[in-house]
Amino acid sequence: MIKHLLSMDQLSAEEITTILDTAESLRQVTDRPIKKLPTLRGRTVCNLFYEASTRTRISFELAAKRLSADVINFSADSKSSVAKGESFKDTAWTLEAMGVDAIIVRHGSSGAPHQLSRWVKASVINAGDGAHEHPTQALLDLFSIRERFKDLEGLKVAIVGDVLHSRVARSNVKGLITMGAEIVLVGPPTLIPKEAQTWGARIESDFDSVLEDLDVCYLLRVQQERQAEQLFPSLREYASLWGLDNRRMQTMKPDALVMHPGPMNRGVEISTEVSESTRSIILDQVANGLAVRMSLLYLMLGGRSEVDEIPLEAIAQ
Amino acid sequence: MTSFLLSGGRIVDPAAGTDETADLLLRDGVIAGIGEGLDGKGAETIDVSGSIVCPGFVDLHTHLREPGREDEETIAMASGAAAAGGYTAICAMPNTDPVADNAAVVEQVWALGREAGLVEVAVAGALSKRLEGKKMADIGEMTRSMARVRMFTDDGHGVQDSLFVRRAMEYLVAFDGIYAEHCEDASLAEGGQMHEGERSAALGLRGVPAEAEELMAARDIALARLTGCRLHLLHISTAGTVELVRRAKADGVAVTAEATPHHFSLTDATLSDYDPNLKVNPPLRGESDRAAVIAGLADGTIDAIATDHAPHADHEKDQEFLYAPPGMLGLETALGLAVTNLVEPGHLSVAALVERMSTFPARLLGLDGQGSLAEGSAANVTVFDPAAPWTVDAEAFHSKSRNTPFGGMELRGKVSHVFYRGTRTVSDGRLMSEALV
Repeated sequence: MIKHLLSMDQLSAEEITTILDTAESLRQVTDRPIKKLPTLRGRTVCNLFYEASTRTRISFELAAKRLSADVINFSADSKSSVAKGESFKDTAWTLEAMGVDAIIVRHGSSGAPHQLSRWVKASVINAGDGAHEHPTQALLDLFSIRERFKDLEGLKVAIVGDVLHSRVARSNVKGLITMGAEIVLVGPPTLIPKEAQTWGARIESDFDSVLEDLDVCYLLRVQQERQAEQLFPSLREYASLWGLDNRRMQTMKPDALVMHPGPMNRGVEISTEVSESTRSIILDQVANGLAVRMSLLYLMLGGRSEVDEIPLEAIAQ
Repeated sequence: MTSFLLSGGRIVDPAAGTDETADLLLRDGVIAGIGEGLDGKGAETIDVSGSIVCPGFVDLHTHLREPGREDEETIAMASGAAAAGGYTAICAMPNTDPVADNAAVVEQVWALGREAGLVEVAVAGALSKRLEGKKMADIGEMTRSMARVRMFTDDGHGVQDSLFVRRAMEYLVAFDGIYAEHCEDASLAEGGQMHEGERSAALGLRGVPAEAEELMAARDIALARLTGCRLHLLHISTAGTVELVRRAKADGVAVTAEATPHHFSLTDATLSDYDPNLKVNPPLRGESDRAAVIAGLADGTIDAIATDHAPHADHEKDQEFLYAPPGMLGLETALGLAVTNLVEPGHLSVAALVERMSTFPARLLGLDGQGSLAEGSAANVTVFDPAAPWTVDAEAFHSKSRNTPFGGMELRGKVSHVFYRGTRTVSDGRLMSEALV
């Protein structure tokens, strides 16, 4: 297994399948009365978060704890050493000196996990870097789609919204294409980089024209500040042209799925009716995030342990 | 003062049209003669056969960090790095702290350069007070100061206000001054971290489109035509800008341009590891831009190779890509990159290389005794071996800073000897300690 997970570029279809299969086995742990495995006992995982996060940080923390790792949470907020002017590199070296085995990093600067991986011996897992990538989000999304469709090959997926600023979109495009899905990126031309054609995706600005063929409609969060930057005229106009409401959802195939990485802007990219409909697997995505992150930690850190190694088959029993 | 007889080298002096194997005699700080059988009595003879002997290089674009950021590099250290790179003159950019927008600061920089005594330090003055692009700097007084400022620029920023540009150009004409522009439309470039294109879209870094440079280059060319002012475009980096300059020259506009070694050597494809040492402004562009810059240097559309030498402290470059300041070192790698990437592949003759690195820059700045091996001229001479291989080692640089992406790179073209006003500053590739008074 890879030492660091920085980008979905690093993973082949076989490796993705291994991660998802392992997640499936590990998810059964969640259904037990004692939801804990000893696999990473004595290992230390650090959540190093330079941007606010609720679901990703909690999901990683819980994943590490379920595998019996010790978890440190470091948030670069007003109470931390970062507020006192400590550099990213010094923070990294400090964590290294304390002997952490893995650093889960979220940072507003694209490429920060790449830089971190050059400074430390610990494994680095990218939990979102700038507008670059968010690989564990893509893995949990692939897991959630696979749960419903079994096979990702040939599925038609629309990713709708602010692709330009979205790390979720970049990771998902790579992961889905690796697994054989077809992708169309939908949104106002100001939010879809024209170079995205080189990613193997099709670009479309007319949302209605793509709906009836879709197996999955993946909606991205629209940030309020994009309106201030004049990337589109108003949230109202965005909602009317690129928001998924009940009328649009009815034109989709009956088994087509609706996904969203959260947090949602209800009434902008998604209506409440849609988010709470049976096609929406938004809460499954959250639940699956835990299993996928356990799987990654298990595969990336567990393999390097001589003690407490538990074969996967034993867990599944 | 010692005399030197440089024996058996290939003498290349584009100003005189010289390109021949001969001896060169330096006596009493001046060029005493070129030819065979010169009277070298009392002179130290140095065998330079197989090497190029040319006028010392002149860098049009050096960021000196003094005054204000002596922790990044002093004028004395930059002078040492320049000499080691084969330079006998450099032109300091005005974005110091305080800004070189008045006679006192330009004279201070000029005087510190003289004190270091390793290269001539010419000074570019700011166009606007504090580089704000709003109020004209003390242009006339700077031209009349001891620094004799010839070139004016707000380098680091493009001047956004077109009326200001027009007024500054009109005013400069009275002093035979040169308006030099860092072409960058601020609104298009806002927040940009790298060249806009396939790579920026994939890496999730905000891009600076080529058009941010080209729009301003086109505006400045139009205003130079209107005002009759001499225009020099700094570090041009896109195919579109090269074409604009080519057309403007054909139309008779008084425009010249420079390009940096990093823009003809590297592209945005190198950024995939997010190495902050590759963050520069203007950014490393695409392969077609790089090819156009090389073609521009080859056909003379681009007149000069200038380094944009920009030292930064380790702790500033060793940050997240988003926060790292743009800029890289250039003085000690310029010749090697030019020989390896321009001369060896056949894009530029040795004579054209010397023209771009010495003859033209000296003429643009009006530096007497630079850029020429004419008899009686100051003995500013560089000797380099165009075939000598070497590996870039940032730890061995004379610069105070280490921000280069070229560490470990194998290059050809190595400086062996440099003479500044007849004093040997570099001998056998080593900076002479006695020159460092």
